Amino acid sequence: MTLATFLIQCLNALQYGLLLFLVASGLTLIFGIMGVINLAHGSFYMIGAYMAYALAPVVASTFDGGFFSTLAVGLVLAVLLGYVLEWAFFSFLYEREHLQQVLMTYGLILVFEELRSLIVGDDVHGVAPPEILAGTLPLGEMMTYPVYRLFISGVCLALALGMYFVFTRTRLGMMIRAGSTNREMVQSLGIDIKFLYRVVFAAGVAIAVLAGMVAAPVSSVYPGMGSTVLIICFVVVVIGGIGSIRGALVAALLIGFVDTFGKVFVPQAAGVLVYVLMALILLWKPDGLFKAG
Amino acid sequence: MNADRGKFLFVALCFVGLALYPLVAGKFGVDLVTKIMVYAVFALSLELLVGSTGLVCFGQAAFFGIGAYATVLLSPPADPAALAWLLPLCMLAAAAYALVVGALSLRTKGVYFIMVTLAFAQMAYYVVHDTPLGGGTDGIYLNAKPVLGSLMDLGKPLVLYGFTLACLALTFGFLALLLRSRFGRALAGIKANEQRMRATGFSTYPYKLAAFTISGGIAGLSGFLFAVKDGFVNPELLSWHLSGAVLIMIILGGLGHLRGALIGAFAFALLQEFFQSEAIFGAFAKHWLLGLGLTIIASVALLPRGLVGVMGQLRERLVGGKGSKESVDA
Repeated sequence: MTLATFLIQCLNALQYGLLLFLVASGLTLIFGIMGVINLAHGSFYMIGAYMAYALAPVVASTFDGGFFSTLAVGLVLAVLLGYVLEWAFFSFLYEREHLQQVLMTYGLILVFEELRSLIVGDDVHGVAPPEILAGTLPLGEMMTYPVYRLFISGVCLALALGMYFVFTRTRLGMMIRAGSTNREMVQSLGIDIKFLYRVVFAAGVAIAVLAGMVAAPVSSVYPGMGSTVLIICFVVVVIGGIGSIRGALVAALLIGFVDTFGKVFVPQAAGVLVYVLMALILLWKPDGLFKAG
Repeated sequence: MNADRGKFLFVALCFVGLALYPLVAGKFGVDLVTKIMVYAVFALSLELLVGSTGLVCFGQAAFFGIGAYATVLLSPPADPAALAWLLPLCMLAAAAYALVVGALSLRTKGVYFIMVTLAFAQMAYYVVHDTPLGGGTDGIYLNAKPVLGSLMDLGKPLVLYGFTLACLALTFGFLALLLRSRFGRALAGIKANEQRMRATGFSTYPYKLAAFTISGGIAGLSGFLFAVKDGFVNPELLSWHLSGAVLIMIILGGLGHLRGALIGAFAFALLQEFFQSEAIFGAFAKHWLLGLGLTIIASVALLPRGLVGVMGQLRERLVGGKGSKESVDA
């Protein structure tokens, strides 16, 4: 392996890891703060990718927008979707057992998949990256690296920093952190916990949808993409420690590197490596790497 | 006392109905109900863990798949295998894997336990998926179905139906007795409050491990039945989709009741058949998952105690009494 290929694999691993972090952060937020096991989270990623594919022509014809306008429209729709979903399906589940939530969100997965099949169909689609980002960067003498992948990493990093800022430096972040520790106490301090939950849920959905939209040009758009990403994201959340954003970041990068380099060095066992890693980490630290609270 | 008799009567009636069913059913019906009974055995194995011990295992399909693969791999290539040793071997294989997985994963708790069991199931999945051992992604065929001397030939649909029903009844009876024993009471205690169980002097780990291993063995039994019924195994039998589906079955039926697993397996499979039926839905039957998904969502919203609790809910609605016995019914 030359230095240039090594570098390229590192960049790929970084990009994959950051993307995983983006999806997993929404999952860990919703679980850590609201205590909801949301199996439908992978569906939001799938919805995002399909939005990138299906909204692009609509946005282009109505107000002549390109890729970035599609992103903006998609984000607005995602926030709305999250807000409505929380109100309709989740708001009465908090007092119930976790397994009831599992059942509910499993039902939601089936509904989302079929709606997707009814509206867009079951074909695999490609999404073109925007023209400004379609080029490649030269790496060494022979290799090039697509600019778009760097753009993905950049978006993920910016969002990670943004989330860190919101959590640690703003009043909203303070309320969210407090809400994850003790729901009743926060409520009795006069904070509208229901509204707070709705905001957190909408944000989690929006982040997953954004990840799906941004990833669509590299991963292409296909049925079942949601469930693949869901399982990996659960692995990330659990390795990192449930509810910990920092843990999710570390775990996602770890998995990104293990998976990417596993595919290079031991292709026949690449699928299983991530799970071996998870089992080993949990046997060593049964509560994940960074336990929140 | 009265509630107990009612439950017994309900289960007994179910089994009598199942035994009489082939008299009125055609080939398709027998095949369908055989499949559902196999899933019911599978659901019972998980109910022992989730409903009775409070251990949510998200990798139950691994034990099912190992049982199924063992059935095919241990059969001689052309001749039928002898049921008398093949079945115990398959259950042992699944139980052995469950023993290893349980010994390691029971160190963790809650959601972490769910994920570790998933991880071990995924490992087993990738082993059969990526190695030539079990035919890789294509799967392998079972050429001759096992026989018990000249008494029983599981290749005949009706014989298989009877055998599956017997396995289901035996599993149900075994678990019902097990849960009434001292061992079963200890499991119930662990589910209610493990900390307190430990404080009263129970070493809970061996109990949980034993439950996990027994559950794996029963899942192996259902895997065996599945392989014999279909005559074909592929890696999808170990996939997390199946682990999820069986979990959904027991939640739908109602956790904490053995008959919940039975009802759940039947309800899930029949709903699936219903929404897949082209006679009712025409071309829309292609989108059968939509109907299934909406039904599941509605059942969460309307039936917090699962299908088992429907009668109790109705009674409360009609009589209006809150302190009815059903609310503490185990």
